[in-house]
Amino acid sequence: MADAALPQALSDIRDEFSELEIPDRLTLLLEFANELPELPERFRDHPDLFERVVECQSPVYIFVEVDDLGVVHLHATAPREAPTTRGFASILVQGLAGLSAQQVLDVPDDFPQTLGLTQAVSPLRIRGMSALLGRTKRQIQSRLSA
Amino acid sequence: MTVDLDSEAKFAEYAHPERLVSTSWLEANLGKPGLVVVESNEDVLLYETGHIPGAVKIDWHTELNDPVERDFLDGEAFAKMAGAKGISRDSTVVFYGDKNNWWAAYALWVFTLFGHDDVRVLDGGRAKWQEEGRALTTDSVTPTPVDYPVVQRDDSSNRAYRDGVLAHFGKPLIDVRSPEEYTGERTEIPGYPTEGALRAGHIPSAASVPWARAAAPDATFKRRAELDSIYRGEAGLNEGDDVIAYCRIGERSSHTWFVLKYLLGFENVRNYDGSWTEWGSSVGVPIVTGAEPGDVPRR
Repeated sequence: MADAALPQALSDIRDEFSELEIPDRLTLLLEFANELPELPERFRDHPDLFERVVECQSPVYIFVEVDDLGVVHLHATAPREAPTTRGFASILVQGLAGLSAQQVLDVPDDFPQTLGLTQAVSPLRIRGMSALLGRTKRQIQSRLSA
Repeated sequence: MTVDLDSEAKFAEYAHPERLVSTSWLEANLGKPGLVVVESNEDVLLYETGHIPGAVKIDWHTELNDPVERDFLDGEAFAKMAGAKGISRDSTVVFYGDKNNWWAAYALWVFTLFGHDDVRVLDGGRAKWQEEGRALTTDSVTPTPVDYPVVQRDDSSNRAYRDGVLAHFGKPLIDVRSPEEYTGERTEIPGYPTEGALRAGHIPSAASVPWARAAAPDATFKRRAELDSIYRGEAGLNEGDDVIAYCRIGERSSHTWFVLKYLLGFENVRNYDGSWTEWGSSVGVPIVTGAEPGDVPRR
């Protein structure tokens, strides 16, 4: 079903998860974890730019850029020992790629709960992804008002 | 006992050497009939990135907890879960995991509530195994299902409830959370704000002994003498004491429960798994803030 507020990439990701049986959803999440891109070279020596998402149980850091065209770029880094967190970050990095600041701000806050992962991963863990989305939006707002 | 014990000298110092195995013992015994290795992690996907060959996974959120009630599985659900993992009532079950074996200790504790006899912890857990360059595999493990008898869970000796803690006042309580959580500076562990409570502080009269005091830098348990000086010395526990340990949701205190019961030999140790997420939000129970344990409440 088309969802006006949900950008195409996020909606595709959601459909991809919902079409799978629950154990296979974990496998897909692991694929996302493995696909989390390395940080661009220019950020590697700048841990100061990154904000820790403390709601996640494992260390994950994000930095949001809004370029001159108003396009959002989310950069995230999390250790290999934290695949669930990496998977959450990777879903957002891929799903938000190329969106405008306003489009990201319009993503429903409950998007993480709609992926069908609550049962596979547990509601408590899903909150980490909600926090990632929330902090991404907050960084965008502060960039826009700067 | 189904599988031979690990005769490592360090373990012989402990009250119950039969509760531990070393990484070298485990490597040598992998595949032995009667042995089931269980990985239990905080991260629900970590097992899938590579696990000890043949090990099965038990996730504490999705497999040990009842989906509706804040409680553990009942006897039937536990039997079904264990049987599906290839665990028989007489299996030797070795638990290991991430985060200094928090969840391994937690899973072992839950198995104890069901009276599973031969449960052991891999000293040093996943981190040490990996650090030593021992084999990890992503091969999927499909255990042959076996029958596990339906055994009713018995919470009486190893698990404490809120009312049990209220009735326990006057006897030792150990708070294993970070000093900031104990004093009440924060309601949650750094990095875990989703597991907060309405108020911050500690249970009156509880001694602060953060769980990590029992762990060496390589995630193994400290030697017997060091543990004695911490728990009997600093925390003032005496032989025969009836002790309750708690943290926030009961995983870090499972680690301490294991140390007190099996390494130091305190027979009457209970883990209060409701812990601070219950106590700190519960109506009608006292708390204390600050660095001092505070007085035993008059009842």
